[in-house]
Amino acid sequence: MVAGQPHPSSVTSSDPLLRLVGISKWFGPLQVLDGVNFELSAGETHVLAGENGAGKSTLIKILGGVHQAEAGRIILDGQPVRFANPREAAAGGVVIIHQELSLVPSMSVVDNIFLGRERSRGGWLLRRNQEEEARRVLGQLGLRVDVHRSVGTLPIAVQQMIEIGKALALQARVLVLDEPTSALSEPEVEQLFARMAELKAAGCGLIYITHKLEEVYRIADRITVLRDGRWVATTPAGQMPAPLLIRHMVGRDVDLAGARDEAVGAAAGPVALRVEDFSVAGSRRGLRPAVDRVTFDVRAGEVVGLAGLYGAGNSDLLSGLFGTLGRRVSGSVRLHGEPYEPTSPACAIRRGLALVTNDRQRTGLVLGLDVAANVTLASWPRVTPGGWLRTARELEVAARTVQSLRLRAASLRQNVRTLSGGNQQKVVLAKWLCTGPRVLLLDEPTRGVDVGSKQEIYALIREWSAAGHALLLITSEMPELLLLANRILVMHGGRITAAFTRATANQARILHAAMGGEPVD
Amino acid sequence: MRRWEANQLTEQRDSAVPAPAPALRGGRAGELWSNPAFTAALALALVFILGLIFSGEGAFYKWGTHRDALRQASVFGILACGMTVVIITAGIDLSVGSLLALAAVAFSIFSIHWGWSPWVAIPLCILVGGACGLVSGSLVALCRIQPFIVTLAMMVFARGLAKWVSGGMKVSTAVPAADGTYTYVGVPAIFRTIDSRWFGGNLSVVTVIFLLCVLVSWVGLARLRWGRYLYAIGGNEEASRLSGVPVAAMKMVAYTLAGLSAAVAGICQAAQEQQGDPEAGSGYELSAIAIVVIGGTNLMGGRGGIGLTLLGTLIIGYIEKILSINAVGEASRLMLTGAIIVIAVLIQRRRS
Ligand SMILES: Nc1ncnc2c1ncn2[C@@H]1O[C@H](COP(=O)(O)OP(=O)(O)OP(=O)(O)O)[C@@H](O)[C@H]1O
Ligand SMILES: [Mg+2]
Repeated sequence: MVAGQPHPSSVTSSDPLLRLVGISKWFGPLQVLDGVNFELSAGETHVLAGENGAGKSTLIKILGGVHQAEAGRIILDGQPVRFANPREAAAGGVVIIHQELSLVPSMSVVDNIFLGRERSRGGWLLRRNQEEEARRVLGQLGLRVDVHRSVGTLPIAVQQMIEIGKALALQARVLVLDEPTSALSEPEVEQLFARMAELKAAGCGLIYITHKLEEVYRIADRITVLRDGRWVATTPAGQMPAPLLIRHMVGRDVDLAGARDEAVGAAAGPVALRVEDFSVAGSRRGLRPAVDRVTFDVRAGEVVGLAGLYGAGNSDLLSGLFGTLGRRVSGSVRLHGEPYEPTSPACAIRRGLALVTNDRQRTGLVLGLDVAANVTLASWPRVTPGGWLRTARELEVAARTVQSLRLRAASLRQNVRTLSGGNQQKVVLAKWLCTGPRVLLLDEPTRGVDVGSKQEIYALIREWSAAGHALLLITSEMPELLLLANRILVMHGGRITAAFTRATANQARILHAAMGGEPVD
Repeated sequence: MRRWEANQLTEQRDSAVPAPAPALRGGRAGELWSNPAFTAALALALVFILGLIFSGEGAFYKWGTHRDALRQASVFGILACGMTVVIITAGIDLSVGSLLALAAVAFSIFSIHWGWSPWVAIPLCILVGGACGLVSGSLVALCRIQPFIVTLAMMVFARGLAKWVSGGMKVSTAVPAADGTYTYVGVPAIFRTIDSRWFGGNLSVVTVIFLLCVLVSWVGLARLRWGRYLYAIGGNEEASRLSGVPVAAMKMVAYTLAGLSAAVAGICQAAQEQQGDPEAGSGYELSAIAIVVIGGTNLMGGRGGIGLTLLGTLIIGYIEKILSINAVGEASRLMLTGAIIVIAVLIQRRRS
């Protein structure tokens, strides 16, 4: 593996801003990092890549004082440092945007941004000052929100932008972004990249973790790959083309199913889901409806993509169909020709619906329970005949379900809290796979999932479609949407404003429609 | 270039073996310490050692002492069983002490004053407790009022109800007549039965009842589907709802069970005191919460279990007993109990 050799010439030119040397980390008996080296120069964007569970987040958590390493040194500006907690790290100029959001849902936007470093004079909060600063920082990201709203009421994309804003409000010399764009759509990503370019020009070092290949090659100066907690390769981005990068990550060749499979969905069957004049009322009185009288249908075996920026209503549409929103919905829905009232998730599940939500930690997983319990969570009536738990049966069902997803967990009894982000996502998918659904509502199903596993999820989606299931798909990754969807509906302001077939869909058109532009030919 | 050496070694090793499994290292010790059952058992062992040292002139070496310790802890233990179920759903029930009094008063009126058969009186009392729990549960689950507030209100209400039905007086074998005189009746047989001992006087019946409650709750929480639902709700209510878990119904079940257990405890209490005291059980809800927490069940919900509560009951029960056989005064006893609770929880505190 010659390409895997580090490039001495590129690292000796100037003293690096940051060096991690021989970092090792155990969680109990499990070693997750084994002598990892990493370095970052000022004004560099260094992408850290690796499969789910490779140890990327753990490495940067050690850098940021969240975890302590069992071995290894951190050298910042030539000085060895050891951060006991994130506060010390921030004081040392190391700021991290974590993979899982760390906002307090009940607190307002401005309070979240200044949490732990409130501006005060003589003990009095400088509220005005904070609000102005918060607006300024969010404005730089092109985000206009009411800074007094509590964060929990905002969509996840906005939350992620706030998280980013919170980090940008600090004076960072090393900024780490751990999958910051996993819930963002195109224009927001652009805003973020623009800000990152500014920081880079100002001499800040950026560490960027992502599973989106196009992002890697847009922003990376150098790439470092980890596999199974070990360093595999570090090279300038230009010297590591995608196939090699993937081989380093996965340890084998992966066939990127880039070609669109025209056969999928071509043999679409009868209408499985018919939605007529469906509306979802706004979350508060006086707000415009989140979904406004939409009408469409999905045939058996078809994958229909729902495109739209945040606030366009596509997530609300899925929640509404699944019965999550209770009485806020109106209109008529038919499932396989039978009338269907979306009154509660329990009822939706009985009718063969499944909803993969876009926020696995808040609405997808029960973090205190183990993998097996989470996988079977929505199928307990089936797994526990007569109401009695059968451990053996539960484990068997769970094992069979996760098999097709290449889940990386120490055992099925591991607490899902301690799984890596991508593996948590796989548990959520497994949960719904387990219920044997016929209509699948997927909201960012590949959020935070690595390249190899993404292919498996794509394969799974194709399998479902071939088996005659109807799928509604939301994804912020345009290539994914174009690859998987037979038809694409674009939503804007709660309404469906455009529809594309495979033949007519392309990135520019979809984006144009999503931003509210008139359809063009 | 020395800093790259380690990585180059890794590189060679890596290319030789395809994707090796993460190395296993370290012992089981870390896992043991983060297991609440282990730490609770350890705390209990410590309490036992204290008992062996401060044995109250050898009293600790006699079975009678242990039998009494178990008997005295049983009523609290029964309350704690219901409390565990509620706390696992991330709730709390402050009303169990008052419900205990209500059940005790009702049971005494039915059995002593009205001379009803226990086959009627006991189910009726349990029904009353369960109904009150169901009311709390409905308010929590359907009206989405915070458990603390709902059960605080139920605590006050049930206490008032107990006082109202008893006329504010202890319901005892001295039955007041209309003209202000008292007639004395015998203690009902069921009172004696519940207050008696089995196995040659070696085990109190209330302790057996407590153990039965533990068994039933354990089966429910650890072996039945709905037990798992309770954990899921406590762990993440929204995710559970989206997975089709009947959240509202399960919450109502939890509070109903707490009410049922309070009624059982009330019946035992009445039998032991041979009277129904409307003031009984005040502050017991806090003891029950302390037992649950000392056992290691998480107040935030989603984690814990009935086995832990059994250990917690024993810890608290033995602490009380050891203090009393050593003739520690009431004032010091309370202070020491407070300190010991904190120490026990500190021992328990899991590595996170
Ligand atoms: N607190 C913990 N306790 C036990 N194991 C843990 C803990 N945190 C992480 N792990 C394990 O460490 C390994 C590495 O996790 P990490 O989160 O660093 O992966 P990652 O590279 O960030 O993956 P992803 O791309 O999915 O986010 C995983 O196998 C995970 O299960
Ligand atoms: Mg991660």
